[in-house]
Amino acid sequence: MKAISRFIEKNASHAWLGAVYLFLYIPLFFLIVFSFNSTRQDGVFTGFSLRWYAALLDDSRLVEGFFLSLKVALLTGTLSVILGSFAAFVLVRYTRFSGRTLFYGLVKAPLVMPEVIIGMSLLLLMVAVQRAIGWPDRGFITIVLGHTLLGMAYATIVIESRLSEMDRSIEEAAMDLGCRPMQVFFLVTLPNIAPALVSSWLLSFTLSFDDVVISEFLSGPGVTTLPQVIFSYARRGVNPSIYAAATLLIAAVSLGIIAYSVAMLRHQKRIDRDIRQAAL
Amino acid sequence: MSRLFKHLQNKLGRRFVIGVPYVWLLVFFVLPFLILLRISVTDMGSGIDPFAPLLDTSGGSWRLVLKLQNYLSVFTDAGPGNTIYVDAYKTSLKYALLTTLFCLVVGYPFAYFLARAKASIRPALLMLVMLPFWTSFLLRVYAWKGILADQGVLNNLLLWLGIINQPLVMLYTDVSMLVGMTYVYLPFMILPLYANLVKMDVRLLEAAHDLGASAWKAFWLVTVPLSKSGIVAGCMLVFIPAVGEFVIPSLLGGAENIMIGRVVWDEMFSSNNWPRAASVSVVMIVVILLPLAWYYRRTSGHLDR
Repeated sequence: MKAISRFIEKNASHAWLGAVYLFLYIPLFFLIVFSFNSTRQDGVFTGFSLRWYAALLDDSRLVEGFFLSLKVALLTGTLSVILGSFAAFVLVRYTRFSGRTLFYGLVKAPLVMPEVIIGMSLLLLMVAVQRAIGWPDRGFITIVLGHTLLGMAYATIVIESRLSEMDRSIEEAAMDLGCRPMQVFFLVTLPNIAPALVSSWLLSFTLSFDDVVISEFLSGPGVTTLPQVIFSYARRGVNPSIYAAATLLIAAVSLGIIAYSVAMLRHQKRIDRDIRQAAL
Repeated sequence: MSRLFKHLQNKLGRRFVIGVPYVWLLVFFVLPFLILLRISVTDMGSGIDPFAPLLDTSGGSWRLVLKLQNYLSVFTDAGPGNTIYVDAYKTSLKYALLTTLFCLVVGYPFAYFLARAKASIRPALLMLVMLPFWTSFLLRVYAWKGILADQGVLNNLLLWLGIINQPLVMLYTDVSMLVGMTYVYLPFMILPLYANLVKMDVRLLEAAHDLGASAWKAFWLVTVPLSKSGIVAGCMLVFIPAVGEFVIPSLLGGAENIMIGRVVWDEMFSSNNWPRAASVSVVMIVVILLPLAWYYRRTSGHLDR
């Protein structure tokens, strides 16, 4: 009886896991398959062709959007990690200062604020400032500022959790051995939280590279990020060039994740080996 | 002397570390929100100006003019409680609630089975949940458009299998909306639930079993109550962004069910009525988001994401 119920449970679990993974991956398969379709139809696969990849490279709006998004995302990632590190330090290390309660509330508030409201209120700020001092015009800078507001909040959470897990006694040890506070920070603390810095950089880069709502509010005439171009195409109808762009992106992300996993695996093996050798 | 210098340096460093993110948040989060509040109680400007000056400086003195008209018209534009805004709030709540429900129903068993999978393959399985998240959200939503279209892949497949005789109309209906929303937000439900369930002490289930509970009963009386904080976190992470969702309804939603994000958008860019857009947003925050934030703080304020 128990064996039967275990059999059912095991198969139910496999079926459920499989079905949900299928659900999660169907759109990706769809994008990849139909990027190689020979016609514009997206209900039937009519034959293999690379024409949408050629069309993609010819589409200057998509190409320009790509490079703008890349620049925005690189800057956003960097700014988010810097600001996020500061904020995480404040959250973990400085537990007593005036205005702390407000700070705690503010740091994570952008995460629960609908993007439409974030974009809109930033637009209002930019317009008010622009009216007062004639700067900044809407475009690259305003988009980066908007994305960084969101990226910083995510970076703070990632770095905060790493920082709070960190063993502070190694910092004290470094201090006892004569390190100055700056040296402690750069030689001990920073290497320790480095993985969190990398992942929060990647996270805010991705958020920025993917964002459409905030960019729509904060971009100016002639400044359009890649998601904005895709969004305007998507509202109009089928465009397999977008599928081609998606396929390239999926390929890049998968390669990146595989490379990262392999690197982590090697790192782990090296640590294991070192531990074994140390034990001998 | 050098000690005094060091003390000052430490103090300055501390001020700097606290000051930088603090000032950033005040300038780019609090100040914009205050301007939003201010604009929600102004008139539209004259001509193409989307809003009147924030401070009235005519006549040599500064006057602060507050108009509550915008808030009134949010609720009573075409008769009390019968406006496109109220309808949009209702629609947003409906879709957000249904999305949360579907994510929970699909995501809970998934997270449960994931947490009970072999420890050696768990990281890989988790990575597979995260991977789509790293590829463009916009493109994945766009793909559903091609899948669910009248002449789309799913209809063609069902016709070919002989399950249906005529294409089903799925795109631009509740079906496409809920598939798209559930699809996008499912990982936000799975991850906190998984983080919670994987930590659960399996011995508690064994104890329940030893005391005569059936597996089903043990699940409802032990596992579910213990995972309450995960359920609350997951539901919040799905519901809150779902209420204000803009992209999914504009790609997959029908014309008749307009959500609040879209209304704000239209007031901003089509009607150029920024005060109205601002007051609609403020109402959304006050009526929907603040109570949730309060509830979340109360139930699991200590629980981090």
